[in-house]
Amino acid sequence: MTEPRNGSGTDRRRFLKGAALAGAAPAIAATTSVTQAQVAAPRHIPSALPPNAHQIAAETHAPGPIENRIGGKPGSDFMVDVLKTLDIKYTPSNCASSFRALHESIINYGENKAPEYLSCMHEESGVGMAHGYFKITGKPLMTMVHGTVGLQHATMGIYNAWCDRVPVIIIGGNDLDAAARPPGVPTFHAAQDINTIVRDYTKWDDMPTSLQAFAQSMVRGYKIAMTPPYGPVAISLDAGLQQEPIGAHNSGLYIPKFTMPSPPSGEMGAVKDAAKMLLAAENPVIVADRAARTPNGIRLLVELAELLQAQVVDQGGRMNFPNTHYLARGAAVAAQADVILGLELSDFWAVVNSYTDNGEHGIGYNSAKAKAGVKLISISSVELLTKANYQDFQRFQSVDISMPADAEATLPALIEAVKSQMTSERRAQNDQRAEKAKKAFADIRARETAAAAVAWDASPISTARLCMELYNQIKDEDWSLVASEGNVSNWPNRLWKMEKHHHWLGRSGGYGVGYGAPASVGAALANRDLGRFSVSIQSDGDLMFAPGVLWTAAKHKIPLLSVMHNNRAWHQEVMHVQRMASFRNRPSNYGNDAGPIGTMIQNPDIEYHKLAESMGWWAKGPIKDPAQLGPAIKEAMAVVKSGQPALLNVWTQPR
Amino acid sequence: MKTLFTLSLLATGLLATSAFAGDAVKGKATFVGKGCWQCHGYEGQGGSAGPRLANTQLPEDAVISFVHNTNGIMPPFSEKLISDAELSDIYAYLQSRPKPADPKTIPLLNLK
Repeated sequence: MTEPRNGSGTDRRRFLKGAALAGAAPAIAATTSVTQAQVAAPRHIPSALPPNAHQIAAETHAPGPIENRIGGKPGSDFMVDVLKTLDIKYTPSNCASSFRALHESIINYGENKAPEYLSCMHEESGVGMAHGYFKITGKPLMTMVHGTVGLQHATMGIYNAWCDRVPVIIIGGNDLDAAARPPGVPTFHAAQDINTIVRDYTKWDDMPTSLQAFAQSMVRGYKIAMTPPYGPVAISLDAGLQQEPIGAHNSGLYIPKFTMPSPPSGEMGAVKDAAKMLLAAENPVIVADRAARTPNGIRLLVELAELLQAQVVDQGGRMNFPNTHYLARGAAVAAQADVILGLELSDFWAVVNSYTDNGEHGIGYNSAKAKAGVKLISISSVELLTKANYQDFQRFQSVDISMPADAEATLPALIEAVKSQMTSERRAQNDQRAEKAKKAFADIRARETAAAAVAWDASPISTARLCMELYNQIKDEDWSLVASEGNVSNWPNRLWKMEKHHHWLGRSGGYGVGYGAPASVGAALANRDLGRFSVSIQSDGDLMFAPGVLWTAAKHKIPLLSVMHNNRAWHQEVMHVQRMASFRNRPSNYGNDAGPIGTMIQNPDIEYHKLAESMGWWAKGPIKDPAQLGPAIKEAMAVVKSGQPALLNVWTQPR
Repeated sequence: MKTLFTLSLLATGLLATSAFAGDAVKGKATFVGKGCWQCHGYEGQGGSAGPRLANTQLPEDAVISFVHNTNGIMPPFSEKLISDAELSDIYAYLQSRPKPADPKTIPLLNLK
């Protein structure tokens, strides 16, 4: 038997409404008594009714707020007021009933500005777009996700953001009141602790149960997300809280002021010890992963490297160090170091050890690759935030100096400490070290270009050719490589001139495939607003996880040149399955494909250019002849400069 | 042991590059059919997953031994999976690849 919605009970929404009515008791009491008197009076119909209070007010006063059926300003309007104080520019989201009230308030009450609603086909796309957007602007976006199922769709993207130390604000809808919410689908989509599925890989989550708590939660969440180490936060909003009027019980509502937190920097004693150790080293090496949070981080790292004449390995979590600098090196130099300074490393163990997937019984083996006695210094804010379940903290690596602190914020103090401890004898060594380093750098560059020349005219097109045809067309623009997923043998980092923070945005973080396409669109959105040219190297497998983000780019006129690295496989897995077959000493079954069954994307080949065209992109392909690639890129660039996204489907070598 | 012996010969320069006994055309089919392309590229050009093999300076015997016995990054392919004769064909295919142009003559590799 169904309980009447207006029956007695402990319905929270009824309780809230009751509380609101009680707060407005005097006015309501007067209204109520008049109504009762009218009901009790004999029926009498005058020829002309005298104006009532409302009509008098309408004729003699300034117009008041337009009345609505809910009897006041909706709670979700107040939520929009809160969002506007945080200057969140966009909310890429897939629409859903559990946040319909906030959705309506954003586009109508908030006039669809700050945040502007961007239509997404998938929650993972919304999170991925926010991920990419942050890497350009340094500002988080908010994405709204629907109840249980929307959050479930979003999880992989949230995990990537967590591992990549990127703030994303996830607003989840949830209809909490089991007695009041609609039965059926909305109840399938509700949960009593909805954020539990992302709690292991968010910095913080909340489920405020009043509007005032929402205001505090939102500002707190923003602050937590934006305190290094950055990370995603999740705030779940009850549908009733969004939909109901603010009510008199919330008449004292206020919005807390947001103050940008300063990043944690290293303790001065440890900083001085680190400077001493680095200055005493014969061959200091700096390894940076997510060290440069801002463009200033690059400048600081260059200053430190030159002071020490230390070689720098940029692991590429961010654009940390110009690859044109004579101190830029590949990972192998760490093996010769006597001191290694690790800056925001996600895996220090792998800097000094290696794992070879080729041991007895098919199990890999470990080996040390650093010199015996090497001293290790770590500056990493991630040590301030380690959770238990997911293994993104990697293997434990003992170090000699450990600073749980933000690397970029610590670099100025470290630079000053190095300067103050620098002796004239040590300074005199720098010229000699620099000369040697410049020669080594020139040799490395020569070897890179020689390697790129191999199979230059091959078809399918070599990844080196793909990258250099592309760079040739964009090099004179203010370009930004917004994603490079699928592994093109790192040619952009090896051969392009990467010097600015927006030239390279790093990768997904958690290696969850499907990041490249939405992150490209999000970063391109940010670059569009800055008048910058966005280009992505888009792999085939990555695109097919949620290709609907192509439509979002076309819908919202986000210019992006997407050049596909279409090797027609989930290529990492091609090699994994082949490896297993070799270990087990049996031929790998390819079926009708060119690689192990289940790893190839062929028969039929996907016509990505047609897929993109169907969603409003300019597109061309498949391009298999390297001679046709340059002209096609040029043609596509003209389209992108006109404000449209464009895609080239290029058949490539595997890596 | 065989690998060690081969490598020591390499180090002392005692092994000269042999004449290519294999068939390059068959070698190409085997290179693709056995999955060598997966890490080394269809042209044996190499990349992030495996080194360049095209026009390799390693002697044929050393390559054959390495493929059968490696315990490095590359998984071993036993003689059951790929025979010496097939590896000879692959070797011939790799040696038949056109020599890469001098990068100084490729404008795109000399961009300013």
